[in-house]
Amino acid sequence: MSEEMEMDTEYDVIVLGTGITECILSGLLSVDGKKVLHIDKQDHYGGESASVTLSQLYAQLKKNPISKEERESRFGKDRDWNVDLIPKFLMANGELTNILVHTDVTRYVEFKQVSGSYVFKQGKIYKVPATEMEAISSPLMGIFEKRRMKKFLEWISSYNEDDAATHQGLDLDKNTMDEVYYKFGLGNSTKEFIGHAMALWTNDDYLQQPARPSFERILLYCQSVARYGKSPYLYPLYGLGELPQGFARLSAIYGGTYMLDTPIKKVLYTDDDAENGKFEGVETKLGTFRAPVVIADPTYFSHKCKSTGQRVIRAICILNHPVPNTGNADSLQIIIPQSQVGRKNDIYIAIVSDAHNVCSKGHYLAIISTIVETEQPHIELEPAFKLLGPIEEKFMGIADLFEPKEDGSKDNVYLSKSYDASSHFESMTDDVKDIYFRVTGHPLVLKKRNDEEAQAQE
Amino acid sequence: MSKPVTSIKLVLLGEAAVGKSSIVLRFVSDDFSENKEPTIGAAFLTQRVNINDHTVKFEIWDTAGQERFASLAPMYYRNAQAALVVYDVTKPQSFIKARHWVKELHEQASKNIIIALVGNKVDIVDENEEERKVAREEAEKLAEEEGLLFFETSAKTGANINEVFMGIGEKIPLKGPEEEAQGSGLNVTDDQRVNLDSPGNADGPAGACSC
Repeated sequence: MSEEMEMDTEYDVIVLGTGITECILSGLLSVDGKKVLHIDKQDHYGGESASVTLSQLYAQLKKNPISKEERESRFGKDRDWNVDLIPKFLMANGELTNILVHTDVTRYVEFKQVSGSYVFKQGKIYKVPATEMEAISSPLMGIFEKRRMKKFLEWISSYNEDDAATHQGLDLDKNTMDEVYYKFGLGNSTKEFIGHAMALWTNDDYLQQPARPSFERILLYCQSVARYGKSPYLYPLYGLGELPQGFARLSAIYGGTYMLDTPIKKVLYTDDDAENGKFEGVETKLGTFRAPVVIADPTYFSHKCKSTGQRVIRAICILNHPVPNTGNADSLQIIIPQSQVGRKNDIYIAIVSDAHNVCSKGHYLAIISTIVETEQPHIELEPAFKLLGPIEEKFMGIADLFEPKEDGSKDNVYLSKSYDASSHFESMTDDVKDIYFRVTGHPLVLKKRNDEEAQAQE
Repeated sequence: MSKPVTSIKLVLLGEAAVGKSSIVLRFVSDDFSENKEPTIGAAFLTQRVNINDHTVKFEIWDTAGQERFASLAPMYYRNAQAALVVYDVTKPQSFIKARHWVKELHEQASKNIIIALVGNKVDIVDENEEERKVAREEAEKLAEEEGLLFFETSAKTGANINEVFMGIGEKIPLKGPEEEAQGSGLNVTDDQRVNLDSPGNADGPAGACSC
């Protein structure tokens, strides 16, 4: 480190951890003109939402890592691998996409469409129909059910809040989703793929709740499919770990200061009172830095977080072939609805490949995840393993999910939630917007996308 | 008929305060600022140069200060077609750091990346040779061993600055006109790639590149 490097010690906000939630907030606040200091105890960006090399993956998740020679002969160069620790896709029309466009972080990250979205039914997988045309040709439904599904999708796409005639007698805030299905005469198997593969609910609790959230989720799914065609999902080249790096660069360009590999020695509170004081600053090997506000992931303030009671099991599988029965798709999502395999929560499989620069040529990465329900969680994933064909290598991990105990107004410590089991980033962006509001006192306003008018005319 | 344009991503690497941004400022605006603040605000700057019958458009990415505390993201130099590894000829520590960056680029960046090793602030040495702390021969040796272009420059006087970029431009494999139509720089679209800034629709990728 060079000698005469004097640094500022007073900031508007200190951010701890470089997961995607923290990096987006850091970027947004820097753009707002706040002076941000962003610190990570680890020597790389991303925290839980990093993409790691194969050697890092072996070191983290295997008790007996294989030799470098064996690894390279089986899987090629380490630098070709960028394996996500937490699997997710972006919804093409989702809020993360909006934030990327709003902030111009699209300059730093390239995206590809995910080739397909599949759902499991009675031992087989089927493409999820998301347009009226696809509904007509889908083998998931009989001929009469197809017509009912078409009517349902027409209702979704033509629904206009201000025009009661388009509501077809349904009230999204009073009627339950089950009542909506009943109105269109949809059968159990259709309800299952609408609720789980389109609305992306992980269990059936939504059926007895007001229909609006389900309606919004199905609309998001359909609009996301309509945007690029093949599936509703997008995935960044070089892995999800590019996203926190892109937002960190945004923050740096607007004056944010970055310090990796900098553990927090001590958190400072007003009146030296860790119980009732407000956040005041942090002590690190590079000195003491002060700010009236801190934003952090749960690992920096574990005593201020509580378990959500849920644990997620994730299995990262390396394949040397495409997933059977997917038309050799280079990327896809498979959802195994809970009722199909006698569970309470759905199992998700996210598959990406060398086409996304996340593994060496000829390989595929399949990441399976679900919420743990039994004492033998690895056995819960069996139905998913069976769909993948031969598996070259498997890495398993179980993560507890944490959330903050309080909202931060008392101590100015604003904490993010752990990344959940959902297959996309919508709950993460909800958390970003919520923290942004609590920290700044005003809601996050994203600029209008230039295609909004075009979409409204459809 | 206009000349074919080849866009290349060029990144700057080197210890803080060796003059990375000053080199770019001199190249892009032919300007110099004595007490330049650490870089704020620009995602990247562009500058075109004509080389023979081609135009090379440099898309120059600044570190945005992330190198200060060893916090430069790998994303920064990923996909770069060219890199300037800059050190200060009066600061031996900055040359050690330059060696580190050359190694890092060879391990992490694209295989065909063109790297220029740049010893900046020679104006100080020109005034007083005793200020020199990194021998020209030592840097030449590193450049030869690692296959780098090598220049000693002064962003302050402008000495050798254009030569750095012309030297890189001459080594860049130029595209023919038909390849160029496939897209340049960031918004490359092939069958599955998407441009989030464009409306996009199911009929095919919309490739309106505004840069």
